[in-house]
Amino acid sequence: MSSEPDPLFGLISTFALLSLFAVGGANAAVPEMHRIAVEVHHWMTEKQFADAFAISQLSPGPNVLIVTLIGYAVAGVAGAVGATVAMCVPTAVLAYFVSRRLARSSASRWPAVIRTALVPLSIGLMAASSLVVAEAADKTWLAALVTVTVAIIAAATRLNPLWLLLVGGALGFAGVI
Amino acid sequence: MLSQSPPAPVPAPATNPVPPGLIALFAAFAKISLSGFGGVLVFARRAIVDEHRWMTAEEFNETYALCHFLPGPNVVNLSVVFGSRFRGVAGSVAAFAGLVGPPMALVTLLAALYAHFGEVDALRRSLAGVSCAAAGLLLSAVFRMMVPLLKKREILLLLVMAAVFIAIGWLRLPLPRVLLLAAPISIAISSAARRDAA
Repeated sequence: MSSEPDPLFGLISTFALLSLFAVGGANAAVPEMHRIAVEVHHWMTEKQFADAFAISQLSPGPNVLIVTLIGYAVAGVAGAVGATVAMCVPTAVLAYFVSRRLARSSASRWPAVIRTALVPLSIGLMAASSLVVAEAADKTWLAALVTVTVAIIAAATRLNPLWLLLVGGALGFAGVI
Repeated sequence: MLSQSPPAPVPAPATNPVPPGLIALFAAFAKISLSGFGGVLVFARRAIVDEHRWMTAEEFNETYALCHFLPGPNVVNLSVVFGSRFRGVAGSVAAFAGLVGPPMALVTLLAALYAHFGEVDALRRSLAGVSCAAAGLLLSAVFRMMVPLLKKREILLLLVMAAVFIAIGWLRLPLPRVLLLAAPISIAISSAARRDAA
């Protein structure tokens, strides 16, 4: 696959660590995935990364599945499964023990201060995700216009996001974007 | 409906007294996951609270709040916490496998197809269009999350948000380093604000 030593190990250790830093969910970790997969290791091109994000958003299931696509690009089926499991298990183990502890103690609520403190971090990360994906996806002014229009429609209505993705795909297919 | 039941608007939904078995957990989460186009959470709430009545709405909200503020994929955390509540570690594994296994198999198949046909021009163009729209969806999520913070005029927290955005989005600094610096600052600001309010 690549000239680097054992890409599968690099993949699994990378996502296992990222799992614990994905404050605000998988979409908040998209810039770090991009940095690692495109800029540092050159596992994917910019276009392949944008496509992987698009496919993961089109597919049913949790957002974390972009990791499956990155894993496949690096090491085939083993990479797809290894990366996905690595991205889920560390935080899943953490969630298991934290929920057990909270269920036993009288304080069943997550401390309010930490909750307030994490909000700006996850919004900042999501904003960075938007920028990274937009930079990878929007190569023309018209494409950027589609992004902004979709953002406005999605913010103003309760339309299922899948429809907006499909309209974007149709515009792309028609050669408009 | 019993004839003597009072005409209350909606009867308080009691939870199902029978806890789900491992196969039921796996099947429920697989169904939630595979119907979750454009967000799994809605389907998780519908299945767990309305359909199976394994949790009340409050219990669900509390569990989700916990999972949202832990790092990592939120719904994945939810499946693990939910499964463990009924069947311990085995329940966690069953719910997690149901949530992630089937869509992962599907996406792996899509990845293989992409590896073969990714250069086909019509597909290239279509996916480029989808990713433009996907970027817009992310942007709208950011906007919706930001509104409460703007309304409360939390200037310092907004500054933290902007700093994280610049560090990660523009400067492309490594995430762990940025968070290890930003998290303590944000916690200090939040606890100071809380002390002022008290």
